[in-house]
Amino acid sequence: MTANQVALSYLVASVLFILSLKGLSHPLTARRGNLFGMIGMAIAVLTTFAVTRRVDLAMGALAIGGIIGYIVAKRVEMTQMPELVAAMHSLVGMAAVLIAIAVVNNPQAFNVEFPIPAGNRVELFVGTFVGAITFSGSVIAFGKLAGLGKYSRLFSSAPVVFKGQHIVNLVLALAMVGFGVVFFGAAPEAQWPPFIAMTAIAFLLGLLIIIPIGGADMPVVISMLNSYSGWAAAGIGFSLNNSLLIVAGSLVGSSGAILSYIMCKAMNRSFFSVILGGFGATEGATVTGGEQKAVRSGSPDDVAFLLGNAEDVIIVPGYGLAVGRAQHATKELAHKLTAKGVRVRYAIHPVAGRMPGHMNVLLAEAEVPYDQVFEMEDINSDFGTCDVAFVLGANDVVNPLAEVKGSAIYGMPILEAHKARTVIVNKRSMAAGYAGVDNPLFYMDRTMMVFGDAKKVVEDIVKAIE
Amino acid sequence: MTGTIDHTVINLTVFVLAVFVGYHVVWTVTPALHTPLMSVTNAISSVIVVGAILAAGPGTLDFGSILGAVAVGLVAINTFGGFLVSQRMLEMFKKKDSSKSTGHK
Repeated sequence: MTANQVALSYLVASVLFILSLKGLSHPLTARRGNLFGMIGMAIAVLTTFAVTRRVDLAMGALAIGGIIGYIVAKRVEMTQMPELVAAMHSLVGMAAVLIAIAVVNNPQAFNVEFPIPAGNRVELFVGTFVGAITFSGSVIAFGKLAGLGKYSRLFSSAPVVFKGQHIVNLVLALAMVGFGVVFFGAAPEAQWPPFIAMTAIAFLLGLLIIIPIGGADMPVVISMLNSYSGWAAAGIGFSLNNSLLIVAGSLVGSSGAILSYIMCKAMNRSFFSVILGGFGATEGATVTGGEQKAVRSGSPDDVAFLLGNAEDVIIVPGYGLAVGRAQHATKELAHKLTAKGVRVRYAIHPVAGRMPGHMNVLLAEAEVPYDQVFEMEDINSDFGTCDVAFVLGANDVVNPLAEVKGSAIYGMPILEAHKARTVIVNKRSMAAGYAGVDNPLFYMDRTMMVFGDAKKVVEDIVKAIE
Repeated sequence: MTGTIDHTVINLTVFVLAVFVGYHVVWTVTPALHTPLMSVTNAISSVIVVGAILAAGPGTLDFGSILGAVAVGLVAINTFGGFLVSQRMLEMFKKKDSSKSTGHK
């Protein structure tokens, strides 16, 4: 194959990747989109094999990785998607670092001049440090999402903060750039020490950036790491003068950036306040002083009675539904209610759960018809006229304090469950939500609390409805 | 005007245009499919495997080519796993669509 032919088949692959994302604009075209992505990837890989001198190592590795990927994809549970995605980001980051090391080791293997020109070194530097940050940051995010906090404090879903954290990060970042600059000008035989130093600092930095970010900010973090993994690929594409890597990396990078933006907006927080972390650690202390207010708690039987006699029910799922794996039981409940003539709909807040679209996938898994699932802006005005709002393991996203000036979550768009005639809230305990803010919704006269694991509670309600 | 265009400039052109395309395409993605979007983009970013294959293939077996092979192995988990898990998720969105109605926003 000539260089031109290779470039053209990479162009075809790039276009297929764009079409693949375009397909996701609607569930009906999404599977075709995914197929385009697969074809694009196959073209890219086969073309590269055709122009590579030695393919046995890569083919063997591809087979091993492919089998692992296949098994993981078949076995993973939908509730584990956030962890899986985080783990996959880390792999892309690590691959970027390994490739960068291989380039520094033998630039000619990549058709890069020797000694490596300064411009390519800058690009290598960017690809490497973004890759390294993506790797270690994603490993921490994976640990937090998979609940590994009991093994190491680094993985605690509570923010890990220490004094002078931001200063330490800043100093490390400057040191990393400093070693990068040394690397740009170093003679070929002296380039390893600054390269290794800057890579090591980048790994440490990725870890330090993610540890202060708490569990409920994970939708932002995971989108941000998604973005980084794309930029890392683009950076490597720059240093290898490979347009396919640049295009694919940029698509992924901008996708992750947009998702981060959407998530931040849905929490009314700036990107920087999320990244600087520690939310809930400070505000949490201020709300515990208030007097103990009374809540009305009920049994699953009471809930069954209320739901059974309603005409219009809106279910608000949250992280509690994912933790309790209650999606199938919930579907069963909705099914029974529908059979009794009750209108059942679901209201999804953009940051419900631990990653963008988390609730939609869980409901899809339980085969909830998607004409029953609504985005926040499409259903919010209907809470005022519905009989029962059933809040399943959600807290901050239905907190009416968001409408009160001066509260810690003021300005966050919420699902207006408090406007419903009756509100039923399932929670495991009265603990405050992630933001550390008490939720007045729980103390309303029209609210009934049902304590317990989401799945158990919903199953009991299903049994009680006859 | 003199001289040939530098590689970096060509790369930058491609990069800026691709970011624009990405920006406009991703805003059209329906919020209900944001999780599959992440897994698909994840699979797409595994195109970095192209660089890893080159790293593993200079002909001689050395430090660099072994790192390359390791990178291929790691990122192949994404290449296959990412697309397959997206497929699995998107199948779920399909099932109920055939049951009735396309009333989703």
